[in-house]
Amino acid sequence: MNRPDAADPTQREARLRAWLVAAQAGDARAYHRFLEALGALLRGFFRRRLARMPDEVEDLVQEALLAVHNQRHTYDAAQPLTPWVHAIARYKLVDMLRRHGRQALVTDPLDDEVEWLADPQPQAQEARRDLGRLLATLPDKQRLPIVHVKLEGLSVAETAQRTGLSESAVKIGVHRGLKALAARIRGSADEDR
Amino acid sequence: MKTDELIDLLARGPVAADPRAAGRTWGMAAALGAVCATVLVLLALGLRPDLAQAAHAPMFWGKAGFVAALALLALPLGRRLGRPGARAGLLAWAPALPVLALWALAFAALGSAAPQERAALVLGTTWAVCPVAIVVLSLPGFVLAMRAMARMAPTRLRAAGAVAGLLSGAIGATAYSLHCPEMAAPFLAVWYVGGVLAVAALGALLGPRVLRW
Repeated sequence: MNRPDAADPTQREARLRAWLVAAQAGDARAYHRFLEALGALLRGFFRRRLARMPDEVEDLVQEALLAVHNQRHTYDAAQPLTPWVHAIARYKLVDMLRRHGRQALVTDPLDDEVEWLADPQPQAQEARRDLGRLLATLPDKQRLPIVHVKLEGLSVAETAQRTGLSESAVKIGVHRGLKALAARIRGSADEDR
Repeated sequence: MKTDELIDLLARGPVAADPRAAGRTWGMAAALGAVCATVLVLLALGLRPDLAQAAHAPMFWGKAGFVAALALLALPLGRRLGRPGARAGLLAWAPALPVLALWALAFAALGSAAPQERAALVLGTTWAVCPVAIVVLSLPGFVLAMRAMARMAPTRLRAAGAVAGLLSGAIGATAYSLHCPEMAAPFLAVWYVGGVLAVAALGALLGPRVLRW
């Protein structure tokens, strides 16, 4: 992150894009780098916009990362990355503010795409919402594939053996489970406050 | 769960995602919607009995072409609305072109008709059935198109729902044109456009509820 060339937003965009394209093709290490760098950028983006709601920032970073993951197939490698990420971040920010009925609290205009790459914030705060607890509320056919494949790092085949599900059911369980998790976040945010 | 742990979780295991899959599902929804609507026409309504002669009339093809053009313009527009950050640009206005062209034809036809014939040009003999039939024929495609749109990531939910409705409504209307005996532009300008817009309005209504992600 701190190499001199990394400070240039154009290069940052190019690197993020290359990682995401590699991830779409199945490169998990590139994907990890992508999500780490993106998390820092999202944190900077939300901190600036939520100066009066600082406690919401980390929850929103997590929610946006999950959204990017669940919709990662909608990124078209022929298009620039910044508008795509920006649109997702903005959508999640507006959605969260609407849930809270506090649209007026946005401290910055939302449509500035250019500067958002400029100010990464790698230092995570404490999240208020516990995704682990929400994960535990998913039905078994979604929760178990996520626990084995995504938390314990077992292969799809091993998970299928252990759970008695078919391999495609394991993959679908992970996919639907993470989408359901995003839906739980929206639902729990409605109830919480 | 800390954010670092979430990132570890998301990046572990198979992470591949086919960027063309969502667009394919959207195209499949249109194709399957067309098959369902055509089968419904054949089973429930029947082809128009004079189809062989009608096929020689330019207006028969004009009618089918008008609604088919709407569907073909809604296809790429929906793909754009399903991608975050993609601008719809001029494509957003493209579906208005066939409608405006049809309305111009309709006004010309009404202008050149005798005053006492105008009501018949607009109402035809089937005005009460036509928009209802178009909406009903569109419903299978509508469900498929909304589901396909929900698998993408629209950020303007009302517009995305409306375009899913426009696509399926135009497909339903294309299938209905195989049955429908009406050939007057003023009829099409009111009832075909009305039927398709009703499905688009349904999509705009449901979009913010069912397309959230």
